[in-house]
Amino acid sequence: MARNAEVELRGITKRFGGVAANAGVNLRILPGTIHGLVGENGAGKSTAMKVLYGIYRPEEGEIWVGGERHHWASPSDAIACGIGMVHQHFMLAGPCSALDNVLLGAEGTRWGWIDRKRARARLETLAGLYGLPVDWERPVETLAVGQQQRIEILKLLYREARILILDEPTAVLTPQETSLLFGNLKRLRDEGKTILLVTHKLKEVMAFTDSVTVFRAGRVMGQVETRRTSPEELAMLMVGRKVVLSLEVAAAQPAREIALEVSELGLAGPGQSRRRLSDVSFAVRRGEIVGIAGVEGNGQAELLQAILNLRDGLCRSSGTVRCLGQDVTGWKAGRIRDLGVGVIPGDRVCEGLLPERPVTENFLLGLQRTPGFRRCGFLSPARLERAAARAMEEYDVRPRDLGIAAANLSGGNQQKLIVAREFDRQPRLLIAAQPTRGVDVGAVESIHRRIVRARDEGAGVLLISSELDEILELSDRILVMYEGRLVAEFRRGAATERELGLRMGGA
Amino acid sequence: MRRFLQPVLAVALGLGLGLGVAGFAGESPWHLLGILARGAFGSRYDFGMTLFYSTPLIFTGLSVAVAFHAGLFNIGAEGQLTLGALAAAILGAVWPRVPWPLGPLLAGLAAIVAGGLWGAIPGWLRARRGSHEVINTIMLNFIAAGLASYVTLYLLQNPASQNPETRPIGAGYLIRQFGLFGGAPVSLALPLALVAAGLVWLLLWRTPLGFEMRAVGQSESAARMAGIEPERVRIIAMTLAGGLAGMVGIGEVLGNAGMFRLGFSPEYGFMGIAVALLGRNQPAGVVAAALLFGALHKGTADLDLETEHVTRELSLVLQALIILSVCADGLWNWMRNGAARGRGFGEVDSGPKAEPPLEKEGVL
Repeated sequence: MARNAEVELRGITKRFGGVAANAGVNLRILPGTIHGLVGENGAGKSTAMKVLYGIYRPEEGEIWVGGERHHWASPSDAIACGIGMVHQHFMLAGPCSALDNVLLGAEGTRWGWIDRKRARARLETLAGLYGLPVDWERPVETLAVGQQQRIEILKLLYREARILILDEPTAVLTPQETSLLFGNLKRLRDEGKTILLVTHKLKEVMAFTDSVTVFRAGRVMGQVETRRTSPEELAMLMVGRKVVLSLEVAAAQPAREIALEVSELGLAGPGQSRRRLSDVSFAVRRGEIVGIAGVEGNGQAELLQAILNLRDGLCRSSGTVRCLGQDVTGWKAGRIRDLGVGVIPGDRVCEGLLPERPVTENFLLGLQRTPGFRRCGFLSPARLERAAARAMEEYDVRPRDLGIAAANLSGGNQQKLIVAREFDRQPRLLIAAQPTRGVDVGAVESIHRRIVRARDEGAGVLLISSELDEILELSDRILVMYEGRLVAEFRRGAATERELGLRMGGA
Repeated sequence: MRRFLQPVLAVALGLGLGLGVAGFAGESPWHLLGILARGAFGSRYDFGMTLFYSTPLIFTGLSVAVAFHAGLFNIGAEGQLTLGALAAAILGAVWPRVPWPLGPLLAGLAAIVAGGLWGAIPGWLRARRGSHEVINTIMLNFIAAGLASYVTLYLLQNPASQNPETRPIGAGYLIRQFGLFGGAPVSLALPLALVAAGLVWLLLWRTPLGFEMRAVGQSESAARMAGIEPERVRIIAMTLAGGLAGMVGIGEVLGNAGMFRLGFSPEYGFMGIAVALLGRNQPAGVVAAALLFGALHKGTADLDLETEHVTRELSLVLQALIILSVCADGLWNWMRNGAARGRGFGEVDSGPKAEPPLEKEGVL
């Protein structure tokens, strides 16, 4: 090792309560590289980054940056030393412009006034240098997620960060935005920046990083050069067992019975904006998985709303919905779901869970009127606990603690909890929106297996996903959604990733 | 354990601070505490009056708590209880000859229905029109007060009195007062309040409807996705809240005054907010907090006579300080700093976090 490390963590230990989130973590990152940090949820990679960024103070261990040992009292020390972090959830003031957001907290002044002109000139130079064009004047909340992320990165560059930490940067990005982002990151690297990438998408790690560190249960399992490893090896290091990264899904044997049929579904946008859904017609038979591919924001969320009639009047303008043999067009959501419709919503925290409530109540959500949980007409905590405990066991929700608040479960376990609940009603129609978003590889495998099993047991499955791999792997038929319309249909095996990507982009 | 400890500590802290303030005014805190205790619990009559003041606070505290669980802030308990009492008094004054068991039943029902309707209005407006219930309940308080004045002064003024009150209700409407309390007007309304607290607990924690209310209060979008109709649940919750507040009228009109007296409520409705807050929106907690506030209200009544430097407004100061202590989340977090940091672990790598709820410590 001839070159000096830019960033080094030596023996970092950080405990929360009695649990060590980091136990003797060592990390050594060379300047001018992209370094991936992978691991399951709760493995300690984010903790390590928060230690490096000064949010947490470690109990033991040393932080070395640029060949010197440092002690951070707060993130501002780390920032002063050239470290910047883009959080998974952007820290932007929505109504303010990009320019104001970048200046916020780092306002350059001239005679006591904020010198916006000079700041802007400098920012435009930076944006030009690194190829990060941004609309400076519009409120950031109106910008696409990819743009917002660019603003976050520019914020760091404006503060002259040399070391950029990105926490799950692609969780909210479309495939196009993702490849754009990584193009930008490579350019930043070539300009000499050091980039730390926290992720659990192995594909990205393999494609875009120079070296990788794998975390498991608070420890570093290994640091390797990316070109000397394989996704299988990384997955095994992460999970500690062999993981099936792509499922072999047998061909479907669809029944004749139709689980879901929508015809000419339309939804007008607010005001004079474009229609958010137009002429959407398709059918899902029982025993098959129909995948809706598409870049997020092309009407998938509206489709889910329209099928379930979640908001009277607002979510359907025209069209009919037939569900499990009934015309449910005018029905309320609760009645439709009682037919045997399981839903894994796209935003698990906001739409799938009661974050502050214990696991038991989250398991009850939507099933509160089923007689199984009642005794003498009243909800029976004992029965509920028994059912929830059994489901946690069956679906491997960890930790096995019925009292823990849903918000304190890791993302993967939150999703498994939702899956357990929705499968527990033995759905005849399952609608799964982004079922594995932000979920670690072990959980992805188990959720995918469940979905396929539900299909084989005779459920019709509508899979809405922006993950191409997931769509290609699971779907018996693929429909592509673009700007509120279905623009293409493929059978299993008939579509390539490239072709799908093109269709998703509107070509 | 902490759930119980924090309110108790808060009460102690609030009382300590309040009496300390009174100490600055030149009264010995111990002397004051003695007067308070004697005033509230000194005799059967004193204790009876404490219970009498506590009863409406149980109802209004429950009212605020029920709404709160459904994610609604009911500031309208004052108006709802006014209408409840007014409805009972009107019924009793207009048909005075109704025989006994029927009278209280009908008048009680009238109080509940009137309060419930008054609560349903902001519930409906929120659900169907999206206008905020805080604004609407506040405005409805004024309308209720105006309505009560009009009915009392222009339609049903008691001809035998100079006071702004309605004609007395028929004898068949009166409910039993317990002789146990030396003449203090403790009536059947007190056991009724306790039963109501039990029913509210049952509703919230043991029925699907209660679960749906709490789900809507926790996360409207998740409830909606689960097939619950938040609009419907909200209207029901506000109606129930209004009905509970309306029940204050049973104790006042049927159990105490025998008529509607303008201004009978020393703002029970607003004190109910404090009661619910201190009681952590739990029925049992509400009962305990109502007892405490009732005792404060009664105990401070004699301060004017027995001290030179302190007046009964000390009651309000004490209430305020207790509430401030309860709400001082920062203080409590600081006190259990070590434990609080431990909670971080689960969050370390987890996905998106929910917004912090209005009230930190959850219920149940």
